[in-house]
Amino acid sequence: MNGVVDWLILHSPALIIAIPLLGAFLTILIGKIGPRIRNVFVIIIMAITSFLILLLVNDVFTNGIRTYVFGGGSTSIESSYAIRILFEIDGLNAFIAIIAAILPIVAIIYSWAFMKEHTGLDKYYTLILLMTAGMLGMILTGDLFNFFVFLEITSIASAALIAFYLDKQNSIQAAFKYIVISAIGALFLLFAVALFYGQYNALNMAVIANNISFTFIDKIALVVLFAALAMKAGIVPMHMWLPDAYGRAPASITVILIGTTLASLYGLFRVIFTIYGKYLFSFDSTQMALTLGVLIIILAVVTIVIGVFMALKQNDFKRMIAFAAIAEIGYMFLAVGAALSTYTFERGAAIISASGQMALKGGIFHIFNDALDVGLLFLVAGAVYYAAKETSLNKLGGLARNMKYTTVFFLIGLAAVSGLPPMNGFASKLIIYQSMFQINPLLTIVAILCSILLLAVFVKVFYSVFLGPKLPKFSGVKEVPKSMLIAMGIIASIIVFIGLFPNIFVENIVTPATNALQNATSYIGGVL
Amino acid sequence: MSGMSKIVKTITSIAFPFVMIYGLYVILHGHLTPGGGFQGGAVVASACAMIVVAFGSIWTMKKIKENQLSILESIGAIGFIVFAFLGLIILFDNSGIFFKNVFANSVYLFGQSVEYASTTANINTAGTLPLMNIAVGLKVIAGLFVIVLVMAYASNKIKERGD
Repeated sequence: MNGVVDWLILHSPALIIAIPLLGAFLTILIGKIGPRIRNVFVIIIMAITSFLILLLVNDVFTNGIRTYVFGGGSTSIESSYAIRILFEIDGLNAFIAIIAAILPIVAIIYSWAFMKEHTGLDKYYTLILLMTAGMLGMILTGDLFNFFVFLEITSIASAALIAFYLDKQNSIQAAFKYIVISAIGALFLLFAVALFYGQYNALNMAVIANNISFTFIDKIALVVLFAALAMKAGIVPMHMWLPDAYGRAPASITVILIGTTLASLYGLFRVIFTIYGKYLFSFDSTQMALTLGVLIIILAVVTIVIGVFMALKQNDFKRMIAFAAIAEIGYMFLAVGAALSTYTFERGAAIISASGQMALKGGIFHIFNDALDVGLLFLVAGAVYYAAKETSLNKLGGLARNMKYTTVFFLIGLAAVSGLPPMNGFASKLIIYQSMFQINPLLTIVAILCSILLLAVFVKVFYSVFLGPKLPKFSGVKEVPKSMLIAMGIIASIIVFIGLFPNIFVENIVTPATNALQNATSYIGGVL
Repeated sequence: MSGMSKIVKTITSIAFPFVMIYGLYVILHGHLTPGGGFQGGAVVASACAMIVVAFGSIWTMKKIKENQLSILESIGAIGFIVFAFLGLIILFDNSGIFFKNVFANSVYLFGQSVEYASTTANINTAGTLPLMNIAVGLKVIAGLFVIVLVMAYASNKIKERGD
């Protein structure tokens, strides 16, 4: 028994990608037998994948960095032979992988009832599994070109899924916008990969990070990578695809899309802190870290403010949550930028100050919380759409009478996303506020004000959708089916659990992730 | 599109086997010569597209359904992943690894080892690689063919409705 578990842990990095891929193509064949068998099959495949992710994450947190070389051979790389497909998992990958373990399984359980009336579900589930495999590949890979390939897989699968409501003009438009933006982002990334390959003759992230000498070409590559990944993550000047894509896709797809967005954000952190880590934070370029930090802070503040204000004026339920999601991404970005700006040179090494450390912790913690909070809100919006066939806030009203559980889930999501205790959003936002206050009080003021505005946005939604007089046209509305309630319940219970015991979570999962983020040397050491 | 003139149909019938054979050659020699599963598959699919153009999509649709092609495509993709899994499953001890080339230098199919000399290329080498090329080739043939076929068929239908 123990042998099997060891074997699974040993091969989990490969199996995590391989099992959804195999499942994706088997789904088409199994779909010929019957829809019920296919749904059970997809849930089982995803459950196995999530289980393997948790095994791998547990292993990484106890035993340190894991590498896996596809096709065999030694795990360490001599600089002359640096081309091979290699997965490297440290605390940061593992942390993001937990998000990727939760969101797709929730989305698939939710889809059981939510998508029941639609046709073409074989392809729908195939694409969901492909998208999940692509997202997991982006998170786990240790190879920059591989990252590009998985980014493309994810983009193409998600574009097809965003356009799932083919009868609506808007969703096709949103999907087209998404695929154009993704293609531009991916080509930027490919260009940067080419710049690295031309200089260092390597595609492996750790090898590039070890050899990087910060030439002029490297600076160009940094700018290009930053632009591409920030575009995929929905930072404000490049955010225009996000509200459309999030708003027009089926709610179950939006939940996975949040995961892919955060995977891009992870890629950005990996580039800044690991690939450029060795040089960016060395003695003679702490100025560079400060510049980058200030740039990130400016982008983040703009992201938060614009996200919140655009959310205020929306009339469409899902579009409003999408803008709130943009604002939430701004918070993570703000914390990380603030941490970057506090780099100082002490005792022969570049160190982040204590408040910067705290900010980094809050920012990383918030990635997890954002995925859950915004995911829950989108699932609630999907449930409202499923029950009332309406997303316009002006036409909805009085649904709390008929949809008790959904209302409770919305309240949990509302409290979490606007940072009210005792939800998880409070825990991470409090860390961000406190640490930010020591770095620059002005940033804290902006952050808190925008958080309050976010609360105002969602209270307005709560009032106009769930409260108010009973509307005759919604008198026949019933509570949504069990599978959707279970999906929302899973996320809501995790939110409340983290909100009640944030310490357990911060100490065991977030701290290893922030340590890994700052420790580029050990990431390099895992391969070389 | 209800097919083209008799001349085009005849020429297509003559050219089709040659294009087909060339494509299959590129797939099977993927581990020896330039090209591989994708390139050869694209050549074969273009032969199939030639049939669609010459004989019309409605005639082709009667001969083969897009459903069958989609199953074929899935089988190609599954085949590729299964060959990757073989490296993990055949060597069930800890030396097995995902994507490991288990058939190379073994007694099985494509199992001979490559000689270090300027000899003629031996097709019976490279282990899992030719098998994976065949799987990718199958997927590309079915995938590209079904795209061309369905698009031609759908545009035909739209034209009919327009008239």
